[in-house]
Amino acid sequence: MKRLTPYLLILPGGMWLLIFLVVPMVFMASVSTQEGDIVNGFVQTFNVSVYGEALAQYRTQFLRSVGYGLVATVVSVAMAYPMAYWIAFRGGARKSTYLLLVLLPFFVSFVLRTISWKFLLADDGLLLSPLKSTGLLPDDFHILQTTTAVIGGLVYNYLPFMILPIYVALERVDPRVIEAAQDLYASKREAFAKIVLPLSLPGVFAGVLMTFVPMTADYVNAGILGGPANTMIGNIIQIEYLTNQDYPVASALSFTLMAAMLIGIFAYARALGTENVLEAAAR
Amino acid sequence: MTEIQAGTEGAAGAAATAPAPDSPPVPAIELAGVVKEYLAHGEVVQAVKGITMTISEGEFFSLLGPSGCGKTTTMRMIAGFEDPSRGTVRLHGQDVTDVPPNKRDVNMVFQSYALFPHMNVWENVAFGLRRKKVAAAEIKRRVGEMLEIVDLTGREKRRPREMSGGQQQRVALARALVNNPRALLLDEPLGALDLKLRQAMQIELKRIQREVGITFVYVTHDQSEALTMSDRIAVMNDGLVEQLAAPREIYERPATAFVAGFIGTSNLLGGTVDRVASGCAVLRAGDEGRILVAGDAHRAGDDVTVTVRPEKITISAEEPGGEVSAVRGTVSEVVYLGLYNSYAVRLADGAEITVFQQNALDSTSTAERGEAVWLSWQPRHSYAIGS
Ligand SMILES: Nc1ncnc2c1ncn2[C@@H]1O[C@H](COP(=O)(O)OP(=O)(O)OP(=O)(O)O)[C@@H](O)[C@H]1O
Ligand SMILES: [Mg+2]
Repeated sequence: MKRLTPYLLILPGGMWLLIFLVVPMVFMASVSTQEGDIVNGFVQTFNVSVYGEALAQYRTQFLRSVGYGLVATVVSVAMAYPMAYWIAFRGGARKSTYLLLVLLPFFVSFVLRTISWKFLLADDGLLLSPLKSTGLLPDDFHILQTTTAVIGGLVYNYLPFMILPIYVALERVDPRVIEAAQDLYASKREAFAKIVLPLSLPGVFAGVLMTFVPMTADYVNAGILGGPANTMIGNIIQIEYLTNQDYPVASALSFTLMAAMLIGIFAYARALGTENVLEAAAR
Repeated sequence: MTEIQAGTEGAAGAAATAPAPDSPPVPAIELAGVVKEYLAHGEVVQAVKGITMTISEGEFFSLLGPSGCGKTTTMRMIAGFEDPSRGTVRLHGQDVTDVPPNKRDVNMVFQSYALFPHMNVWENVAFGLRRKKVAAAEIKRRVGEMLEIVDLTGREKRRPREMSGGQQQRVALARALVNNPRALLLDEPLGALDLKLRQAMQIELKRIQREVGITFVYVTHDQSEALTMSDRIAVMNDGLVEQLAAPREIYERPATAFVAGFIGTSNLLGGTVDRVASGCAVLRAGDEGRILVAGDAHRAGDDVTVTVRPEKITISAEEPGGEVSAVRGTVSEVVYLGLYNSYAVRLADGAEITVFQQNALDSTSTAERGEAVWLSWQPRHSYAIGS
């Protein structure tokens, strides 16, 4: 019984992942190498050329998605770090209240929040119309259907996933260790650079993982806030599945995206593995 | 362990700046009317209620007192982590009350060590020198020598979490000492160690302090530790210094009832001065007893409390003669403690007196439980204490 315990503990989660992740993936992999159409049905031909063709056709959207994901991640880190820092070190007795406020948007559905942004940012919406009528902005100025709108939406929707892990890492930094650094002649700035920042990097690392991947694969923000020039790979996959019903192309694109993400993440983890970062910071 | 090399520089530096013999030496640390108040849940808490004291250059100075008496707070004000609510802190004659910790030439060994968890032993020890922009070759030499002093050579690459408590403690010590600070502040540095290691480290600390010759301010709530290691001790209670003196003085002549009770075992007796004769005040104690107090500080009719150390008292069956204190009681307990016996003797007024008697071969002063006995001691061993 004792020896079985660890296996029993992972059983529910393991089964869940097996049924809802591994099985559909195997299924999708098989679909991606089939040929045919929705009317006459798909036949397994182990045709892999669809990968190269789909990638060539949607190269722009692929690169755009990765670009949006990168920019949105950098903006998120820049916004989340000071906020997490403030809550962890200056939050005092109200820390949990502030954390709740950070999580508050989660109580409203993701799509609804994005649509409300659309109302706010519309050409004659709450934000722009007063600015335009007072002449502060030209009449043809618009935010919606721009790159800024899509990246803004991505950052807004995923920011809590960046704040939380950074907060947790900062919260674990012992204030005495910071004092020890100051005692050993480090200025406030040096104490931050040499002690606080390196010790919080694992949190930044986790935050980047938790936001970059879903932001790159996101289609809601581009769909609602962006225009034709902002289409991301997620939108293409959605169109191929639901509109064109070209399952092999949609599956191939999904797999390519997943593979690209995994390779990217492993490269990132290797290059910036927390150990390496910490070693660099110790100097 | 090797002879110290790195630290001698600090001693030499101190000697070079020492004032001419005719002017009084500048004290290492001076606190003048220092008060620290915290605001906790809307209430003002006085952690330190007004401390004035002077710590000399090269001294091993201890802050001793029960938990919560303000030792750490006092230390943190010297290091610069807390601003005093009132009063001034001077280091080597300079007012540093508003100087941040990184600009003060003192280093601290924290109660919890506070090692940098993401750095190895070598990097931890080199941290201060690197911040001071010391040349790389010199950092290498000094860190190497310091690690040798604390016996950690060969463990340079270890992370703090991969080390035992005693080793971490030595890293913390090396990390502070390598900078040759003019004073080292140690906040219960041995608190987390087991008894054996603690005793070894006590000897080690004392040796290092002698060799580097810098001022040590040592916080502890362990009285035997303070007594064996210190040149002088400040006994603190409830935010105030009750007595500041050399260990022997504190032990033999406690200034207050608190100090007497906190340091070692000590007996408190009281009485009214009956007469003053031949340099002695004679107190009446009970119906037949008398307590002699050396000195002429008391007048007839004064109520006086005295302390007597247990080892100064002699037990006898007969009433002792001569110019000694003598009180009567009944032995209520005898505990054999190897080198000596510990007796508890109950007096007629209910007070219990502890007596240590050495186990000499020809010991005449042995008593059984329930036996009626006389306790006696020399007038110079009665110490009148302030109320
Ligand atoms: N930041 C703070 N806010 C409020 N009260 C505090 C604060 N720091 C210390 N105190 C209070 O001040 C008093 C002295 O604390 P301090 O830490 O100096 O004690 P200590 O003598 O070092 O005790 P110990 O031996 O347990 O370490 C305590 O009553 C403590 O509760
Ligand atoms: Mg303390």
